[in-house]
Amino acid sequence: MLWILITLLALGALGFVLGRQRAVASAGGDARILHSLPVYYGTNVTLLTLVPALLVLGVWLMAQPIVIDRVISAQLPDSYVAEAASRDLLMTEIRRLADGIDTAVERGAFNGRHALDLSVGDDIRQQLADAGVALGADVSPEVLQAAQSFREMSGAGRTWMTVAVFALAVAGLAYAYLRTNKDLRARNRVEYMILGVLMLASTLAILTTVGIVLSMLWDTRNFFQLYPWQDFFFGLEWRPSFEGNSELGLIPLLWGTLYISFIALLVAVPIGLFAAIFMAEYATKRVRSVAKPLIEVLAGIPTIVYGLFALITVGPMLRDYFAAPLGLGNSSSSVMTAGIVMGIMLIPFVSSLSDDIINAVPQSLRDGSYGLGATQSETVKQVVLPAALPGIVGAVLLAASRAIGETMIVVLGAGAAARLDLNPFEAMTTVTVKIVGQLTGDTDFSSPEALVAFALGLTLFVITLGLNIFALYIVRKYREQYE
Amino acid sequence: MSMEDAIMNDMTQIDQGVAVDELKMQARNVDVFYGAGGGTRSAEDMAADKAITHAIKHVDVDIADKTVTSFIGPSGCGKSTFLRVLNRMNDTIDGCRMTGDVTLEGENIYDSKVDPVQLRAKVGMVFQKPNPFPKSIFDNVAYGPRIHGLARNKADLAEIVEKSLRRAAIWDEVKDRLDAPGTGLSGGQQQRLCIARAVATSPEVLLMDEPCSALDPIATAQVEELIDDLRSRFSVVIVTHSMQQAARVSQKTAFFHLGELVEFDDTDKIFTNPSDPRTESYITGRIG
Repeated sequence: MLWILITLLALGALGFVLGRQRAVASAGGDARILHSLPVYYGTNVTLLTLVPALLVLGVWLMAQPIVIDRVISAQLPDSYVAEAASRDLLMTEIRRLADGIDTAVERGAFNGRHALDLSVGDDIRQQLADAGVALGADVSPEVLQAAQSFREMSGAGRTWMTVAVFALAVAGLAYAYLRTNKDLRARNRVEYMILGVLMLASTLAILTTVGIVLSMLWDTRNFFQLYPWQDFFFGLEWRPSFEGNSELGLIPLLWGTLYISFIALLVAVPIGLFAAIFMAEYATKRVRSVAKPLIEVLAGIPTIVYGLFALITVGPMLRDYFAAPLGLGNSSSSVMTAGIVMGIMLIPFVSSLSDDIINAVPQSLRDGSYGLGATQSETVKQVVLPAALPGIVGAVLLAASRAIGETMIVVLGAGAAARLDLNPFEAMTTVTVKIVGQLTGDTDFSSPEALVAFALGLTLFVITLGLNIFALYIVRKYREQYE
Repeated sequence: MSMEDAIMNDMTQIDQGVAVDELKMQARNVDVFYGAGGGTRSAEDMAADKAITHAIKHVDVDIADKTVTSFIGPSGCGKSTFLRVLNRMNDTIDGCRMTGDVTLEGENIYDSKVDPVQLRAKVGMVFQKPNPFPKSIFDNVAYGPRIHGLARNKADLAEIVEKSLRRAAIWDEVKDRLDAPGTGLSGGQQQRLCIARAVATSPEVLLMDEPCSALDPIATAQVEELIDDLRSRFSVVIVTHSMQQAARVSQKTAFFHLGELVEFDDTDKIFTNPSDPRTESYITGRIG
C-alpha cells in the first residue's frame, strides 16, 4: 500500500516537471506567451495523474472485501451453513483463517507453496499456533477451502488493483502531457479540479453523517426486535442485567439528562448573557480585549478536568454546606453538582455567541434610543436585547444541545445511578453515561442490554438534532431582519 | 434702495428681533476633538497634538426658537459632529472631547449638574438612516413617553402616540396597523415614524441629521413639508447635503468648511449675497 502511494506521488511530481517544461518549450521559452502561468501546466498534469488513480485506489480498497465476501459466502453450501450458527459467524471464521495463513507466511513459518498445499489432516490449528496465530476452533474442510479461495481472490484483487491504478496514473500523465501546449487553458482546468476536490471533501463529510445515522438505525432496529419499544420509551425503571429480564426504560435517564441540563442552563444563561452584555455594551476596548479571551479559556478546558473539579471540589462542598444541613441527602454526587459545573462549562458558549449577536445589532438603533433620552440599561433592555433575542435564543439552544450530550462531567459529578427523583441533591444519571456503561466491559452485541446503547444514542441524536435545527431556524430568521 | 429690498430689510430686522428675544440654544467657542482619550487637556494643547483630530474649530452659533436652522457644507466638514454636540450624543463615542460652552435656555448643557439623558429628552434627534426599533409602530412612538413617564395612563399614552403620529403626518397611513412592526414600513414612512418618535417626548429642539438623504424625492417632499409644520412648535436644526433643501426649509443657514464655521446668517442672505468667498464658491458648486 505504502509503496503504491509513494510511487504515485513520484509520478505526480514527474508530471509536474514534465508538464511545466513542455508548456514553456511550446512557447519557445517565453512564459509570457502562455495562456496560464507555467505552474498551472505542471499542476494540471499532476492532478490528472493523481486524482483519478487515487479515486480508483480508494474505491477499490473499499469495494474489494465486500465483493470477495459476497462471492465466498455464495460458494458455501447451504447445508453447511445450517450446521454452523450463522453465515456471519462462518465468514468471520474464514476470514480469520485466511488472515492467519497470511500472517504465518509473512512471518516465514510457512512458505508460499506450503500454504497452498495445506489440508485438514495437517492440524492447521496447531501449526498456526506455533507461528503465533491463535484460531478459535479446529478447521473444517469447507472452511479451509473457502479460506484458500479467499486468499487467492484477495491476492488476485490486489495485483489487479495495482495494475489498474498505475495504468490509470500513467494514462492520465500521458494524456495531460500530450495535451499540454501554450494555448491550453491550464488555469481554468486546475480551477475545475480544485472545485471537484473541495466538493468531494464536503460530500464525504455529509456522507459520514448519513453513515453514522444509518448504522445507528440498523442496530436500533435490532434492539427493538428484542425489546418492545413501548417498554423502552415509557419504562420507568432502568435495571439492566446481563442474565436477562432487564428493564430498560428510557424515562429515568431522560429525566436525569433534562434535569441536569436545565440546572446547567440556569447557571450558564444568566451569567453568560450578562457577561456578554457587559462585554458588548459597557466594557471599554481594553477591558474587553483582556476579559473576553479569559472567559473563552473556559471553553478550552477538557470536560474531564471539569469532572474532576465537580468530584473533588463542588460535590463535597454542596454536600457539606447545603445538602446535609438541609437534610436533603448526603451524596456528593448529585444533579446539582453536575449541573453547576456543566453550567460553568457552558458560560463561554452563551457569552461568546451572544456577544457577537449583540454586537451585530446596528449602532443606529442604540443611537435612536439614546437620542430619545434613554439610559444605557434602558437601551439594552428595551432595544438591544429584543433585537438580538432570536440570536440569543439560538445561542442558548446550541448550549442546551451541548449540555444534553455531555458525559464526563455527569459521570464524575452526578454518578451513574438511574433514578427518577425531584431532589437535586440526589445522584442521578444521564443517557450518555448509560451508553458508555452499556458498551464498556465484556459486551455481547446480540443482547438487548448492549444494543440498547444504540437506541439511546439515536434518541439523543434526534433530540439534539431537533434542537440544532430549531436553533438554526431561529438564527436564520434573525439574519433576515438586518441584512 | 428698491421697494423690495426695503421690505426684505424690514423682515430681516423683525427676524433678528425674534432671534434675540427667543434665543433657544447658544454655542460659544466650541471645539471638538476625536481620538483624544480621557483626561482634561486644554483645547490649545489638544489642537497642537497631531495625533488628535480637530473636528470643530471655535464655532459660535445661536439657534432661535421656532426657527429652522440648517447646517450645510461638504462631507467631513464637521456639521454632523456639531449637531451631536447640541444633545451630547458625542458622549457615547470613545475618545471624543469637547470644549467651549453650549447653553439651552441659558443653562450650560455640559455642566456636571446636567444629566445628558434628561437633556436628550429635551433635544430630540432624527438620524440620517431611518432607524425604527424592531417593535410595533405604537411601541416605537410610545418608547420615549414610557421611559420618561410622560403618560398618566394607557389612554393618555394612546393620545400622545396619536398626536405625535398626526404631527409627523403619518397617522392616516398607519392608524389601522399600529401593531404592525415599524421595520415593515417604507423608507419614507419609517423616517416620519422616527420623527413622530422624537416628537412624542415633546422636545424643545429637534435635531435632524440629513433626514432625507436615504429617501426618494416624494418622501423628501413630505418630510420637508413636515419640517415646516414642526417649526410652529419647536426649533429645528437640520444638517443637509442638499443646498436646495436648506434654501427651501430653513430660515437660518450655517456654512461649515473644514471644521470652521465660515458663515452664519439668514438663509436668503447666504444664498443670494454671501459675504465669504468660500460660501459663494460652495453654493455655486465650485468647491465641495
